[in-house]
Amino acid sequence: MSIDYMNTILRPMLEGAQVTILLFFIVIVFSIPLGFLLTLAVRSSIKPLAWIAQAYIFVVRGTPLLLQLLVICFGLPMLPGIGEFLVLPRFMAACIGFVLNYAAYFAEIFRGGLLAIDKGQYEAAQVLGMNKWQSFSRIILPQMFRVALPAVSNESITLVKDTSLLYAVAVPELLHFAQTAVNRDFSIVPYFFAGLIYLIITFILTIVLKKLEKRMKFE
Amino acid sequence: MSLIEVAKLKKAYGDIDVLKQISFGVNKNDVVAMIGPSGSGKSTLLRSLVHLENIDGGSISIAGDYLVNEGIYAKPPEIKKITAKMGMVFQHFNLFPHLTVKENLEIAPKMVKKELSMVLEKRSRELLAKVGLENRASAYPAKLSGGQKQRVAIARALMMEPEILLFDEPTSALDPELTGEVLQVMKDLAEEQMTMIVVTHEMGFAKEVANKVVFMDKGEILETGKPNELFDHPKNERTKLFLQRVN
Ligand SMILES: Nc1ncnc2c1ncn2[C@@H]1O[C@H](COP(=O)(O)OP(=O)(O)OP(=O)(O)O)[C@@H](O)[C@H]1O
Ligand SMILES: [Mg+2]
Repeated sequence: MSIDYMNTILRPMLEGAQVTILLFFIVIVFSIPLGFLLTLAVRSSIKPLAWIAQAYIFVVRGTPLLLQLLVICFGLPMLPGIGEFLVLPRFMAACIGFVLNYAAYFAEIFRGGLLAIDKGQYEAAQVLGMNKWQSFSRIILPQMFRVALPAVSNESITLVKDTSLLYAVAVPELLHFAQTAVNRDFSIVPYFFAGLIYLIITFILTIVLKKLEKRMKFE
Repeated sequence: MSLIEVAKLKKAYGDIDVLKQISFGVNKNDVVAMIGPSGSGKSTLLRSLVHLENIDGGSISIAGDYLVNEGIYAKPPEIKKITAKMGMVFQHFNLFPHLTVKENLEIAPKMVKKELSMVLEKRSRELLAKVGLENRASAYPAKLSGGQKQRVAIARALMMEPEILLFDEPTSALDPELTGEVLQVMKDLAEEQMTMIVVTHEMGFAKEVANKVVFMDKGEILETGKPNELFDHPKNERTKLFLQRVN
C-alpha cells in the first residue's frame, strides 16, 4: 500500500472527522445545559411543566435517535403548510436532533445525581443560614456534577460513535468518506482507517475525562 | 435568663403524635442532656427548634423572640434571624464533601453574613486549633476519621457564632475509641459557658457535663432534673426502666 494511496483516502476522511468532532462539541455544549434545565423542569413544583418535561424525556429516550434525525431532516419539511419553513441546512438540522436527544439523556443522569445527594447536605446548609439558592448553587450542584461525571463521560463516548448516524441523513462525515472510498476501490482498508480514527478520538476523550474525574474526587 | 422557651409543642406525622404537648425551658449557660429510648421524639424536638421540622401547635421562643407563637410561625426573615442564634451538630456530621475543612468552615459566614475573608480566616484558624485540627485545614472530609469529621462539624457550627448549640447524638456514628475526642471538645465548650442541648446515649457525659437532664419517652418529657437526682433517684417508673436497660 503506497503512501500516495493512503493520502488519497485519508485526506477526505480526516476532513470528515472534523465534521464529526464539530458535531460532538456542539452537542456537548448545548445538550448539557439543556439537560440540566430539563432536570430542573422535572423537579419543578409547577406540575404541568414537570409533566411536559417528563413526557419529553419519555418520548426521546423511548424512540431511536435515527428515527428522530430522519423526522427532523426529512419529515418536518413535509408537513403541510409549515413544512417549507422547517427546511434547515442539513448539518444544522442534524445538530438540533442530536442536542434534543442527548439533552434527555443528560437530564436523566443529572436527576440521578441529585437523588444521590444526602438530605443531610440540604439540612446542614439550611441550619448554617444559607438560603435555597445559595445551598443549591454552592452545595448541591457541585456534588451533583461529581456524582454525574462518570455517566456523563460514558454518554459522551457514546456520542462520538453516534455521530456516524450523520451518514443516514447524508451529511458527509468520517464514515461517509470511508464508505465512498470502499465503494470506489473495493477495499476494506478505508473501514479500518475509519475505525482507527474513532478509536483515537475516544482514546483522547477518555484521557481528558479521567483527568477531570480525578480532579473532582475531592480527596 | 431563659434562652429557649417551649410550650405545649405538638408535632404529628400523619396520625402518629410524635411530640405531645412538650413544654420545657433552657437557661443561658445550661448544658441540657436529652435522653430517652429510640423513637421517643428527641431528634424531632431538636429539629423543630431550628425549623428543620414544622410543628403543628404550641410555641417556641428563642432569646425572647417567638419562632412560633401558639402554632403561628413568624415571617420568613424573622425565622431566619431567630434560627441563626442556634447551631446544630448532626449524628452523621453532614460536612460538605466537595469542600476542604477550611472551606467547610468559611462558606456559610462568607455567603450568609458577607464577612471579610481576612476575618474568617482568622476565626477558622482559631476554631480549628480549638478542636485540635489546625493542621488539617486543607484536607477534604473524605480524608478524616469520624472523630475528626465531627470536630470539624462543631467548628463549622461555631463559625456562625451561635448563642446555642444543639447536638443530635454527636457520637453515635463513631467507633467507641473516637468518641472521647469529640466529648472532650463538647466539655471544653461547656466550660466556656456555651449553652447546649445534647441528645445523647452517653450517660457518662450526661452525668459529668450536663447540669440538667431531660428524659423523654413516647413524645413526652417524663422527667427533668439535675443529673444526680435523675440518675440516682429517678421518680418515674419508665425512667427507672430505661436507666436499668442502658446501664
Ligand atoms: N419524616 C418522618 N415521617 C414519619 N415519621 C417520622 C419521621 N421522622 C420521625 N418519625 C417518627 O417520629 C418518631 C420520633 O422520631 P425521632 O427521630 O424524633 O426519635 P428519636 O428519639 O430521635 O429516636 P432515636 O434515638 O432513634 O434517634 C418515631 O416514631 C419516628 O418513626
Ligand atoms: Mg434521633
